Amino acid sequence: MADHAVVADDEVDLSRRKFLTRATIATGAVGAAFAAVPFLESWSPSERTRAEGAPAELDLAKVEPGQMTTVVWRRSPIYVVRRTPDMVARIAGHDDQLKDPTSQYSDQPGYAKNPLRSRTAEFLVIVGSCTHLGCLPKQRFDKGELYPSWPGGFFCPCHGSRFDLAGRVFDGSPASTNLQVPPYSYPNARTLLVGEDEKGAA
Amino acid sequence: MAVKTTTGAAAPLPAADAAPAAKQGFWAWLNKRMPVDDFIASQLTGYYASKNLNFWYFFGSLSVLVLVVQLLSGMYLTMFYKSGELTSFDSVQYIMREVDYGWLIRYLHSTGASAFFIVVYLHMFRALLYGSYRAPRELLWLIGMLVYLALMAEAFLGYVLPWGNMSFWAAQVIVNLFSTVPLVGPALVIWISGDYGIADATLNRFFALHVAVVPLALLLLVMLHLVALHQVGSNNPDGVEINDRRRADGKPLDGIPFHPYYTVKDVVGVGVFFVLFAIVLFFAPTLGGLFLETTNFEPANPLSTPEHITPAWYFTPFYAILRAVPSKGMGALLLLLSVAAYLFLPWLDRSPVKSMRYKGWMSRTALALFTVSFVVLAYLGMQPAEGLYVVLARIFAFIYFLYFIAMPFYTYFEKVKPVPERVTYHAH
Repeated sequence: MADHAVVADDEVDLSRRKFLTRATIATGAVGAAFAAVPFLESWSPSERTRAEGAPAELDLAKVEPGQMTTVVWRRSPIYVVRRTPDMVARIAGHDDQLKDPTSQYSDQPGYAKNPLRSRTAEFLVIVGSCTHLGCLPKQRFDKGELYPSWPGGFFCPCHGSRFDLAGRVFDGSPASTNLQVPPYSYPNARTLLVGEDEKGAA
Repeated sequence: MAVKTTTGAAAPLPAADAAPAAKQGFWAWLNKRMPVDDFIASQLTGYYASKNLNFWYFFGSLSVLVLVVQLLSGMYLTMFYKSGELTSFDSVQYIMREVDYGWLIRYLHSTGASAFFIVVYLHMFRALLYGSYRAPRELLWLIGMLVYLALMAEAFLGYVLPWGNMSFWAAQVIVNLFSTVPLVGPALVIWISGDYGIADATLNRFFALHVAVVPLALLLLVMLHLVALHQVGSNNPDGVEINDRRRADGKPLDGIPFHPYYTVKDVVGVGVFFVLFAIVLFFAPTLGGLFLETTNFEPANPLSTPEHITPAWYFTPFYAILRAVPSKGMGALLLLLSVAAYLFLPWLDRSPVKSMRYKGWMSRTALALFTVSFVVLAYLGMQPAEGLYVVLARIFAFIYFLYFIAMPFYTYFEKVKPVPERVTYHAH
């Protein structure tokens, strides 16, 4: 038969009981933290989404000089601009009006961290998503199109950010950094591959 | 002052707080198993509120009413809405055109969203006016602010669900705000979106959050808000604590039972509210693009930004502040501060009096300027971010923040009027 003898208050080891309570709570908290991992991880892009993020190809012969075309890569519009020598010339001369002329604080692969922000002078490859809040900057390539001293570039209709023909942001724009440059490469002379470079697929 | 104060004891009160007569039958059976009578006696007929509550006290109960409207209409919308980037937009059109009374259910929900913010903003203004956030109601105020934050989240998530082009771009702008979080920003944006941009995965999780996670949190917070209210008691237009003066039976001298006195009063408010609500619902459900935006009548298109992106009217004051700053990180920070500032009010206000009735001219001017700046910022948030609009947004954002920053000073140094010992009350 079980012994139902009453334990007197002074016989209870309270410090031992407190320790056990705290140890149980601590173990439970660690367990809860581990249990949360699968739920948090489930929000990451799924296997299918990751597979669909594969590199995108563009036939460069289809882009006329002075024109822009858009490739979709990972749901982002990638602007590809075939700059004429005149457009390239208009990138210089306004460094003092830019927030980050040398792309110090901007996001681009090493081969695009130069004044033209590209691998070659002819093609500009940038993410067409404003670095302010992700709207699509519109093309305003002509000299003086926005105001007399406008050298040509991009204008975001949402909040008025302005970028030059190398995607560098002008002072007085809400965007803080230059338009992002995605990883890209030229597997051959007339093909552009967005999302893959010497370092492999992004 | 020619204010007549009734002698509290003279007013006949209902017999609710007398010992309940012994009941029999089903009611007795029920009460033995669940404290229904006790609950009514402690929370309704035995909950005393100041007898001088005025017009401004309608908006608490109206908020609960709108919450019920939203829950009911929302439940019915989920029966016809199909979340998904290929189905969302079409299913909303299906509800509007082909489901019997589908238009009514959806307009109830969209008009209800705006009505929710109208009554909540008036409810919050009442707190600013009469110092309802002051001790001992700090926690009540903080829980109320959490309700407001949950409401903002709920409204934003719901706005995305019809998957119109403005839905898509609103999600884009708001989710991208998280990219300003130091170190983890860009990874956080991908995690929230579940894709490399706003996509099907984003829409589906927003649906789950909108119909399950946030509403449950809202209900819990509203319940806690009421529990905290009933612990400390309602404030009143005089900011006088009615619990400080009690009748012989221990009830507050200037208090009257919530039921039947304030339930009857609130029913009048409900009647007036429903008339106004019905006028909008049946005659102007979009309210000229203010309650439902025209740009959202075209499907989401990731490759086409609307000419200018504006959120729904109830977010525009904060949006104007975001856009007034020419730096993404600082803009996001100020946006956060413009909402978080309210959390600090109980400790910023150092006035010896609670109510604006007895505060000095500086507090009155500050509140008036703040209210004007809120309304002007709301207007500016709907305009394109250029030229004069940006300059004005900066000026009024400065006034907006000055209300909070300067509060410890003007409330401390200004001359206040003497507060009466009992609430002012005009017998009808």
